[in-house]
Amino acid sequence: MNRHRSQQALRVLAPMFVAIVFLAAWQAFVTVKAIPPYIVPSPSLVAHTLYADRVLLLGALRVTIGIALIALALATLLGILTALLFVQSRWIEMSLFPYAILLQVTPIVAIAPLIIIWVRDTRVALILCATVVAVFPVISNTTLGLRSVDRGLIDFFRLSRATRWQTLWRLRVPSALPYFFGGLRIATGLALIGAVVAEFVAGTGGQGAGLAYQILMSGIQLNIPRLFAALVLIALAGVAMFAATVLVSRVALARWHESELRHES
Amino acid sequence: MHEAPAEAPVIVEVRAVDKTYDSGTCALLGVDLDVRRGEFLTLVGPSGCGKSTLLALIAGLSRPTGGRLRWWSAGFSHTGGTGRRISFVFQAPTLMPWASVTTNVRLPLSLAGMPRAKTRARVEAALARVHLTAFGDHLPRQLSGGMQMRASIARALVTEPDLLLMDEPFGALDEFTRQRLDGELLALWSAQQMTVMFVTHSIHEAVFLSTRVAVMAAHPGRILDTWTIDEPYPRSDAFRVSTTFAQHAQRLSACVAEAGADALPDAEPAA
Repeated sequence: MNRHRSQQALRVLAPMFVAIVFLAAWQAFVTVKAIPPYIVPSPSLVAHTLYADRVLLLGALRVTIGIALIALALATLLGILTALLFVQSRWIEMSLFPYAILLQVTPIVAIAPLIIIWVRDTRVALILCATVVAVFPVISNTTLGLRSVDRGLIDFFRLSRATRWQTLWRLRVPSALPYFFGGLRIATGLALIGAVVAEFVAGTGGQGAGLAYQILMSGIQLNIPRLFAALVLIALAGVAMFAATVLVSRVALARWHESELRHES
Repeated sequence: MHEAPAEAPVIVEVRAVDKTYDSGTCALLGVDLDVRRGEFLTLVGPSGCGKSTLLALIAGLSRPTGGRLRWWSAGFSHTGGTGRRISFVFQAPTLMPWASVTTNVRLPLSLAGMPRAKTRARVEAALARVHLTAFGDHLPRQLSGGMQMRASIARALVTEPDLLLMDEPFGALDEFTRQRLDGELLALWSAQQMTVMFVTHSIHEAVFLSTRVAVMAAHPGRILDTWTIDEPYPRSDAFRVSTTFAQHAQRLSACVAEAGADALPDAEPAA
């Protein structure tokens, strides 16, 4: 128990130590070499900009996170539905899976302009782009999970004359959960990336502007400290969203799955 | 009472059954077997002799490619049509890792649509029979291998089956656990008045448990001979070290060895 707690503390303290060393070195480097802030701003200046421009930046952050979260929810829903469709028959999967891959390998930068032309509302277009980016890992992992069911349990369900629905709901779905959560973790990062990249292409402005727009503008205006501040926010948002999915998966699987068990030895 | 005399009604009739897999492997060839009510029938033989295949056919998990099977003289519909129940215990416990022992044991009843309130007494009785009453709320991973197997047996017993099929259920357990579970299984068989078909590759286990043993040979899988183990029940641990036990084991060993030798010419290229 004690050992476990110190492990836990190390998990937080060790990366924090790395961050402090890194930031200190950065600050020292910029100060000693007298590097101008429009090339590389010091961490303290970035922190100050973060505070000074907080209204602008946090507003943009809210827009970007909103798009990423809605896209993630859509990708999860569509991914699960597609996976459920795929496992209904090998024929369906064989016919449709190549197109899921096609969706995955086509760069979002290439299809974003099309989506933006077709969909009038920019926000909806951005959500669609981020969904397209995030949906594939949910589809492929959930499909794999729904198929990776203990052979013996399948036989047992057959012997018990279980209906197709019972086998799906009481056997395949619980068996697929660990795989699904693996896919969700990847999708979380991709949804955020999708939201940012699509906004770069779409070039929003005014009220609906997200962090990508702020980065773009800061670059044009050579306001490099603000650019850095926006980058920091994106990174923090990504980490927070990832941590949230890890937490959800831990709560859902903690009781039984190997990946979440704390092995007592 | 458990002698399962020759005139006890035949509950499963296997006639000239062949099973060839799509790959062309002939798993069973011309198998004839009568399973009589109340007997403890064990299939022994070298690996690849089709023991598990035969059990799966009797369970209705797969269909023969030749010959026919009849259950309770009622044709092919073996559970729905006759109201008789067949339960299966696999080589591994095959419990749902996310569900408690109680939920696992309740599974066949809830799949059959029985309301939960009605299942409680039966689940508790099944758990009591395998001495797991105190572990109903545990998850499978919290139990030892032997206890997981007992939970698996409880799940098979909860439907009060007429025929219990067991496919090397204790094969993965250590010798001590296996012997204890063998004893418990015999006690259950007596108490429940059911018919058991048991697959094992242990001659000692076969002699200890069975009223009758069918010896199988491989390439192709077939039944060479059946032996009656004409010893009274209950069989205690003393039976394991008795002279009659040793004689039965010896005779059976010789027969199994013959079964192995039988396969040899087939394995070697023709001269």
